[in-house]
Parts: sequence; C-alpha cells; structure tokens
Amino acid sequence: MSALPSNNPYLPMVAEVVDQMEEAPDIVTLRLRLTEPHERDAYRFEPGQFNMLYLGRVGEVPISISSDPAEPELIDHTIRAVGRVTEGLVRLREGDKVGLRGPFGTGWPMQKAKDRNLLVITGGIGCAPTASVVGYAHERRDQYGKVTVLHGVRQPRDLIYGNRFDAWCDAKDTQCLFASQESGPNWKWHLGLVTELLDQVEPEAIEGMIMMCGPEPMMRAVAEELLRRGRPIDDIYLSMERSMQCGLGHCGHCQYGPDFICKDGPVFPYARVRKLMKVKGY
Amino acid sequence: MDTAFMPKEGLDDLIRQLADSGYRVFGPTVRAGAVVFDRVDSAAQLPVGLASVQEPGRYRLEESGNRRFFDFVNGHESLKRFTFASQEKLWSFSADGTFQSGLSESPRTAVIGARACDIAGMKVQDRTFLKGKHSPHTDPYYADRRRNLFVVAVNCTVCVSTCFCASQNAGPMAEDGFDISLTELEDGFVVETGSAAGEAIAAKLDLIPPKGARERAEESIKACAQAQVRYIDNDGIYELLFNNLEHPRWDDVAERCLSCANCVMVCPTCFCHREVEVPSMDGTGSDHVRQWDACFTLEHGSTHGRHLRPEVRQRYRQWLTHKVGAWWEQFETSGCVGCGRCITWCPTGIDLTEEIAAIRDQPGEKAS
Repeated sequence: MSALPSNNPYLPMVAEVVDQMEEAPDIVTLRLRLTEPHERDAYRFEPGQFNMLYLGRVGEVPISISSDPAEPELIDHTIRAVGRVTEGLVRLREGDKVGLRGPFGTGWPMQKAKDRNLLVITGGIGCAPTASVVGYAHERRDQYGKVTVLHGVRQPRDLIYGNRFDAWCDAKDTQCLFASQESGPNWKWHLGLVTELLDQVEPEAIEGMIMMCGPEPMMRAVAEELLRRGRPIDDIYLSMERSMQCGLGHCGHCQYGPDFICKDGPVFPYARVRKLMKVKGY
Repeated sequence: MDTAFMPKEGLDDLIRQLADSGYRVFGPTVRAGAVVFDRVDSAAQLPVGLASVQEPGRYRLEESGNRRFFDFVNGHESLKRFTFASQEKLWSFSADGTFQSGLSESPRTAVIGARACDIAGMKVQDRTFLKGKHSPHTDPYYADRRRNLFVVAVNCTVCVSTCFCASQNAGPMAEDGFDISLTELEDGFVVETGSAAGEAIAAKLDLIPPKGARERAEESIKACAQAQVRYIDNDGIYELLFNNLEHPRWDDVAERCLSCANCVMVCPTCFCHREVEVPSMDGTGSDHVRQWDACFTLEHGSTHGRHLRPEVRQRYRQWLTHKVGAWWEQFETSGCVGCGRCITWCPTGIDLTEEIAAIRDQPGEKAS
C-alpha cells in the first residue's frame, strides 16, 4: 500500500511544484512531482491518504492528497494558510521545491463502495480529502452508482474547487448541494447547516456509502442523524484530524484511544471512533 | 553458559572487560542526591552501601548498612535514554535543497544495572519503534542504538514502596532482554548470560560454580516480589477506563496534578516526541530535531492552533487511559511496567495505582 522508497521513513524526498492553483483567498492547491525518477516511479497512493510536506527551514505539516491515484506522478495538495508552514506553502510558485514524505495512513473504502451510491458530506476545507473521493468516482463512473455531494461552508467565499465541482456535478447521476452558514452575494444555495441538506436529497442517495470530512461536531451531527434515519453504522466513514508530526505511529501526537490517526486512520469507520467523539477533550 | 558465581571483586573486572571490548560503560552513580547512569571505569564509582527510600513524591538516598552495590533499586533514569535519545537530529536541510540523514552508527554502549522493569520498558518501546506486528515502520535511530546496546541486568533483591513490577509481569527478575544478568548476594553475584555477546564477555571473567548461590538468589528475588505493596488490577482495565471517561476522579486528580510531565519524562515506555526545526544562524540550512514530548503539555494536543485538551483533567486522562488501558488494545501489553517512577517523581505524589483503584471501586458508568 504505502510505498516508502527510503529505508529511513523520517527523511523527506524532494518534490517540485509543477502547478499552483488558487482555490479561494488563503487556499491553494499545489501540484507536486518528485524529482528523483526512482522515487517518482515507486510512488503510489490511495484516495484519503496524506503526505508530510516540508517547507525549507520552517517545518513539516500533514496534507491530504486530493488528486487521482491513476496519476501518481502528479500529487495535488490543497492547503489553507493557517500556520507558519502553510502560510509559506501557499506562496510557493512553479519550480519551487519542498520535502515530501508519504503516503501515510489508510484511505477511503473505495473497493467496499463499488457499485453503491456514494454520499459525500464535507465541511469547510474538509472537502479536500473528500474531493479525492468525488474525483475518483467521477473518473470511474461505471463502477459507482449515484454520487451525491453535500458541502457546507461557513461563508460563501470558503467554497473551493469551483470549476471542478461544476464539472463533477454536471456529470450524469451526480448531485451537489451546498450550504453556507452566512449569506453573501449571489449565494443561491441553502443558508444554514450541512445537516439540513439531508432533507433535500433523494432517499436513495442516503442509502449509499457515506464518507465525511470536516469539523468533528459537524461529522458527529451528520452521522448521528443518519443513524436515526436507519442507516447502518458500517456504511459510515469519516476522516479525522489531529496533530501529526511523524506520520509513522511513533510521535504520539495523534493518539486517539487505541489508534494513531496517522496510521490507523485518518479514515475510520464511524463505529471505531463514535464513542470517543462524544467525549470532550479526547 | 551455565549459571555461575562471580565474587564481589569481579565487578571491577566486568567493567574493565566491557571497556576493553570497545563499549562505553555506564553504571549507576550518585549525583545531586540521586542515582543516575554515568560513565564508569571502576566499581568504586557505584553507589555502594546506599539504599533509596522512595514514596509518593519523595526520593532520598540513605546508608543501607551493608556494602552492596545495587540496593539503591533505581533512580529516575531507565534504559530509555540509551535507546531513545531525549534530543537528536533526524536530518539536515541544506541551502541547495537537499536532505542529509542525521543517522550515524551509535557508539557501542554497555549499561550496568538495568532492572527487570527497565528491560521490560525497552521491550514495550520495541513494539512502538521497531517494525513488526504492532508497527509498520522501524525507527532507524532507535534501532541503531538498540542494536549497539549491551545490557547488564541486575535482578532486584530489594524493592522500594513504589515498586509494583510483579503485578505488571515485568520483574523483579529479568527473564530475557539482557546480555548478562547479575543477582547480588552478600559475597558476590550470581551470573547468567542471555546472548552471544554476553557469553563472550562472561568467558573473560573469573567465574566459579554457583554451589548454593543460585538458590539463595532466587529466594531473595522471590522475597522482593512478595514485599511489593502496590499493584494494578489489569483485569478488563481498558474497558473499565474507557467506560469511565467522565468519572469524577479525573476532576479530583486534576486538583493535584501540576501537568509538569515529570511522570512522562521518567517513564520507561512513554515514546511521544515532537519534531522541531532549528535553522542555522547563517541563514542557509536547517536541522530537523526531535525531542521528548509529553501529553501533559498544551501544545501536544494542539491541532492548527486549537488546543484539544485545554484542561489538566483531560491531559491526565489522556495519559493514564493510554498508558494502562488503550496500550493493551494497541500493543497487546500494558504501557506500565510497574517501575513506580511516576509515583516517586511526581511532585505532588500522585499514585496511578490509587487513581485506577478509585475508579474501579466506584465505576460511574456501566459497560456499554
């Protein structure tokens, strides 16, 4: 699954920025390519996995991979400028270099979801990990049923992947619904919470495999609502987030009950994390 | 090698033989009123005639009234510092955009005086840092130090009030994980070997048949186990703790806990570390360094600037529920080897065995 070409998993590889796409204010997608041919050839990933990206002299951060695994030479990372490292990363331009370690973690259950409908629910920048699901299904349209995307943001300007969403959502058997907690110019979608969108989709959409990413309270609220609506817990998956510094299950920062988010996750069946998600401060 | 006996004077010879074989030799020495591991070249540097009095929040060295070397039991250091460095460079980043590994062959190091609980702690950390059933990746920095470590175990014939290795199946006798083991008697040591490297050193020592010494040693070790007063009831402890995450005892212990992380620093199994960037002063390169970290710091749980465990109650709970609970699920062993250091070195004397017992005595929630 994860291919680590180096026998020292702490040591980064060198990757070059081959493209830089502005998604929203403070949010950028960096398209990276490993510079060493043998590392590039060995590199494979699955939707939902992440890399550790290193900005020279500043530090390393975990960033989800948002591009398609069929093209493992080009690795997209959508990054919001929220700290010292990410503020530097979003300013990189074509030709700049970064360090890259990965891929790490477990991905989305794309095999288990085959021939099923997909319900993808996201909040804020949380749509980056789930964008990989939507893109993956879009590229393999005959392998999946109806795809429904429910995407919630705090304010309209947080909405990213505009063009890509347009392309995905125009496709056959795909429906996208958006919700914003705050209004804004030209906001034509739902005003409110992403959970409220569940009432606007067709019943068969809800019967699909459910994949979520976003703030934990949002994911919990959606998951519990889906359980109330009779969905089996085994159909609900989510991607969790914690501080991750090594990606290897060694540094301990992402310890979550019996799991390390970095290696046992970040994608978990809801049943695995449900109990701890209820506990404040865990 | 069969069990043998080494007269008291043989300890000097053991240190010399290790040094002559190319090891840096560390042994217990006294510094600032406590026993720490330091470089030794003779047995005279060891804490002969000293015993430690250990209680919750208290550590004192006193005269033992005999001339034995190892009655001090332990200090705040375990073997951890020799295998998992408290600070080390992982790699460097150069101005030309390349990375250089900080990994270099570590010096061969012999440590005299590792206790059974320390070896048990090292074996617990192996499950975190070495590739195997419980870890998909080997930490090459740990693996290198581990490979170059020669362990001279000392089986405990004396324990202190904070010891509870017997309840954790971690002592007082080291069953394996050592190169040479010693059990101290009045007139010398019962010697066993546990590896080819240990055999090679033992072959150079003046050893004699043990006669009845082995039986006397076993009796003392057994008595040491029986003298232990503290224990953890490990039966169903993972479920117990995770069914009691809102137990009032967490508030109670938070009133006493300073969140200072002493318990983590002295724990032989705690493995958390943070990675930090140390840019060079000339503005070109940078070192990527790791340091021991602790789940008692605010930053440990912080995810892009948001503190996940702002309350001390939540941080103590994170530590204890992992250490003695979730560790079982994650690594198929307890994360506690019963060395008692976290009890002794806690400035307010918090005793984890008491905290667990308090929850077990009055579980607040029923198992779900």
